[in-house]
Amino acid sequence: MSGTPRGSEPEGAVSGQGREHRSEERARSGAPRGSEPERAVHGAGAPLLRMSDVHVRLSGSHILQGVDLTVRRGGVTALLGRNGAGKTTTVKAVLGLVPSTGVVEFTGEDGRTQRLSGRRTHEIVRRGIGYAPEDREVFGGLTVEENLALAERPDSAHHHDRVYELFPELKKRSRQLAGTLSGGQQQMVAIARLLLNDNQLLLIDEPTKGLAPLLVAEVADVLARAAEEVTILLVEQNLSVVHRMAVEAAVVEQGRVVWTGSAPELLADADRTRELLGVATSGSAHA
Amino acid sequence: MNTVVLLAVTGLGLAALYFLVASGLSLIFGLMGVLNFAHGAFLTVGAYGTWWAAENLPGAGASGWGFVLAVVFGVAVGTLVAALIELLLIRPLYERHIEQVLVTVGLSLAMVALVRAVWGADPRPFPRPDWTRRTTSLLGANVPNDRFLLIGSAVVVLVAVLAFLRFTRFGLIIRAGVENRTMVTALGIDVRKAFTLVFALGGAFAALAGALGGIYLGSISPGQGTSLLIFAFIVVVIGGMSSITGAAVAAVLVGLVQQFANYYAASGVGDLSVVLLLAVVLLARPGGLTARLA
Repeated sequence: MSGTPRGSEPEGAVSGQGREHRSEERARSGAPRGSEPERAVHGAGAPLLRMSDVHVRLSGSHILQGVDLTVRRGGVTALLGRNGAGKTTTVKAVLGLVPSTGVVEFTGEDGRTQRLSGRRTHEIVRRGIGYAPEDREVFGGLTVEENLALAERPDSAHHHDRVYELFPELKKRSRQLAGTLSGGQQQMVAIARLLLNDNQLLLIDEPTKGLAPLLVAEVADVLARAAEEVTILLVEQNLSVVHRMAVEAAVVEQGRVVWTGSAPELLADADRTRELLGVATSGSAHA
Repeated sequence: MNTVVLLAVTGLGLAALYFLVASGLSLIFGLMGVLNFAHGAFLTVGAYGTWWAAENLPGAGASGWGFVLAVVFGVAVGTLVAALIELLLIRPLYERHIEQVLVTVGLSLAMVALVRAVWGADPRPFPRPDWTRRTTSLLGANVPNDRFLLIGSAVVVLVAVLAFLRFTRFGLIIRAGVENRTMVTALGIDVRKAFTLVFALGGAFAALAGALGGIYLGSISPGQGTSLLIFAFIVVVIGGMSSITGAAVAAVLVGLVQQFANYYAASGVGDLSVVLLLAVVLLARPGGLTARLA
């Protein structure tokens, strides 16, 4: 098991997760881990997003209590945890959608590290960070076409062909109001908005929530294809989706990241999964 | 029959004024969540700006293109004042609704006091082009031409706003922002530009209502904007808090009900009827006639 439970950190350690990643970097400089899916992105493995000691207080509740998290370039990092652990708030804190303290840094393709904390949401997104929220939040009064047009960012090329190739259903329904689409189709619109632009990081919050099994598979297919080109931080309760896609995982508990490491190894360890996530995987990773 | 036609057209003229004020209020509330009690001040600025320009601005006057220039000046001043208020006073208070209400209420009081201090509290005769003083025969009724001007202006504004919302990117952002402002910013859009634009547009429409109201009433006074604002708020609520077409329909209802009730019942009953109409609509459809931006 390559993961590091926070509880086992020696006193005075800044970050068990950071410590683990530093050792991983050393390992990567020698040879990539053979057990991980091959990373297709140039510069894979380098830190893309770093959160250090991020706190969020909302309506008197201390939701995030010092989140430390590093997302590496390439592939999918799964953000796991029980309901109410702080996964969605962690994602929102990256985007500045909730008031937070602490440091959030983003390292672009040019190698420059920029501080995201304190910036406005639209400025953060324009650095190449796409977001699909938990409840899709498509604009129901706009057509599919208008939802996509709205998502076009001036700083990026717009890949309508790619989007319609991935979701031919959306092309057929381009003039339909998004509010009249099924949940699965709305999820397609939400993901299509992400894939329309050139992003470096996608923050995707529970994309399979409430979807029928066939649609779950379809969404997972699309995300797996997207992950070949762009890094994804995925909040997901469906562990079979996580098992299929995720390279790394971070487990959030009571507003802190309590474990980080290899996602396949986590899901292969039924005892660990039960302890951290409250579900048994039996090695097959079904939630 | 003559009386009915005259009352109907006059009611529609009044409706046009209500719509011009209510459309801006509706957009501002729908997109920004701001209840703008200072909106009546934009009307006052537009009215006094037009009046001042007609008397003092070179090239402007009380008739013909000179009057058009005076109206353009009044509308421009109203637009500028609205944009400045948004940038300097409303923007720092986003999501702080109580403070926003206090600021806009304070602004409305301050603006009336300022106008009163500069030009006095008494109503001032408003320049009216000759054509607006004449009448046109319609179905046997002699209808003052200013009613047609008001109705025509409101229709042009309605069509222009709907086209703007439907066919421009800013319109798309505003329609989306009315639904979910946070998600618009999460798509990388600086929604604050849309806020300023909407506030400026609202100021322009209210200022135009101020100029047209001066023609309709024949005079302007410092408190005119405030009294019209009350009915504009009623129109917004009846129409649905963020619907332009809803505001147009509600304005027509309110204007007609007010005119007919005032004539066939007694003077003053029109205002009471409007309040009753508001109560009936809210009981039957709590979200107003339409709850979505058209």
